[in-house]
Amino acid sequence: MNTKQTAQLLKKQKKTILESWMKHQLADEALRDDLISNDDLRRQSEELLNGIITATEKGNFDNVYSSEYDLVNDVLNDISITRARQGFSPREVTMYVLSLKQAIIEVMIKEHKDQPELLFTEIQMTNKLLDNLSILTFETYLKGREEVILRQTDEINEISTPVIRVWDGILALPIIGTLDSQRTQIVMENLLQEIVNTGSNIAILDISGVPAVDSLVAQHLIKTVSATRLMGAECIISGIRAEIAQTIVHLGIDLSSIKTKASLASALQLAFTMLSLEVKKKNTGNIQNSRLIR
Amino acid sequence: MDRIPILKMGPFLLVTIQVDLYDRLALSLENDLINMVSKTGARGVLIDISAVNIVDSFMGRILGNIASMSRIMDAETVVVGMQPAVAITLVELGLTLQGVHTALNVEKGMDLLYDKSDLLTDEQNNQEDTEEPDDYND
Amino acid sequence: MTKDTMQIVREQDVVPFRNRVRELATKIGMSLVNQTKLITAASELVRNMLKYASGGKITLEVISKTGQSGIRLTFADNGPGIENIPQAMQDGFSTGRSLGLGLPGAKRLVNEFDIKSVVGQGTTVTVTHWKNGR
Repeated sequence: MNTKQTAQLLKKQKKTILESWMKHQLADEALRDDLISNDDLRRQSEELLNGIITATEKGNFDNVYSSEYDLVNDVLNDISITRARQGFSPREVTMYVLSLKQAIIEVMIKEHKDQPELLFTEIQMTNKLLDNLSILTFETYLKGREEVILRQTDEINEISTPVIRVWDGILALPIIGTLDSQRTQIVMENLLQEIVNTGSNIAILDISGVPAVDSLVAQHLIKTVSATRLMGAECIISGIRAEIAQTIVHLGIDLSSIKTKASLASALQLAFTMLSLEVKKKNTGNIQNSRLIR
Repeated sequence: MDRIPILKMGPFLLVTIQVDLYDRLALSLENDLINMVSKTGARGVLIDISAVNIVDSFMGRILGNIASMSRIMDAETVVVGMQPAVAITLVELGLTLQGVHTALNVEKGMDLLYDKSDLLTDEQNNQEDTEEPDDYND
Repeated sequence: MTKDTMQIVREQDVVPFRNRVRELATKIGMSLVNQTKLITAASELVRNMLKYASGGKITLEVISKTGQSGIRLTFADNGPGIENIPQAMQDGFSTGRSLGLGLPGAKRLVNEFDIKSVVGQGTTVTVTHWKNGR
């Protein structure tokens, strides 16, 4: 069986295939004409079909990773990454490629309906090729989505670690969400830089917003405290809830070298004591007046 | 051969490291500093590493050695001005400079030395006004 | 990609080598903390090379993977080799009189770490650190 013959057929029937493919796409309920115009869709589809025809010219229907498929890969990359960003669903992206399968098979049936054996091999070949291509598309689609997620993670990390100056020489850093190593790195960088900028002696790390503390999170906390000490400042950890205290003890994590407090308020109190500061209620005129009256 | 200059400031010795240390230079600093402590009877050593970009385990060991040796001769050691990137790297490396006091800058380091060595600063001599200490690791 | 080799024979070669790594790291836009981690790891490894094998050859490469660039350093020496690699990778283990943080510490500082050693023939350590540190 000559695969080049099949490639010839594709080339010859390109127009018919494209028309039929477009028809399938336009008829599909899942057509997102809100996200992509019909003209753009046709241009994209033609580009992809051209790529496939060029790639199969030498009869290669099997190996989509060979250099002949570079152009096809590029076009598919482009399509799935832009579609991932535009908000197409995975089904819509995969269906786009799979609907081409139907269009090609229709042409083959028309041409070779009196040669069932040839037709069978051709359909099998087409199936395999288009399946491979749709897997490729899906992979790149996922990669596109992952990039979006990664960018968002970076943004979240960036905005979710504010360092607040609560007093002259005292910084507070509320941590919300899970502390992984990536996040710890950002927390440390922000905190240490702010210690340098403000010349602060004490940093309070408030973990009320951290859902769970396991040994890894504890290790990250200990690292942050050690780095703060190396800079010449002291670190207090506050916001330790009852269940967190329980897990810490049950896991056998040693936090004895770290100053810990239940609430941010008591941590601040400790910080005041460490800086020999005294905060007390002002003796207002009212009180003195009432004393006078009495 | 290059040498790192050691300055005497009152009861303390002050060293500012301005270059990336290669091993022999670091070793000679350790040697010179300990000899100076012994000769001058200094009560404290202040090492400013604000210009140092890289502290590896060798350099960390030198700092630790200086602190331990000085302590035997009744002098405290304060390392000041460590860059954030260096601090993060040292922690990851597993080096926490046990026995070495740290402070943010030379000024705070001096205060800390006065505090640790039970000496009164000039200011305190004049007006019993207690300065805030910087280091609470005991 | 850029590829460069440096011969290390004495301790004075360490500082120029570190500067070369910093140059490369700055060129690909690596952040300061990641630069410091990479250079500190490199410093530990080059020190090991000098101490146990009296020097060796370092290959510096700029590499890229899925759109992200990084630096790969290969430390090859013809020293005595390491008999027990898992032991050498433990914190606090040292056959010399050091803190024993060199190998395990360097491993913690970089994204990828690989060590191969043949007793009597030498040791090759390869470390890779990506631009954004992951």
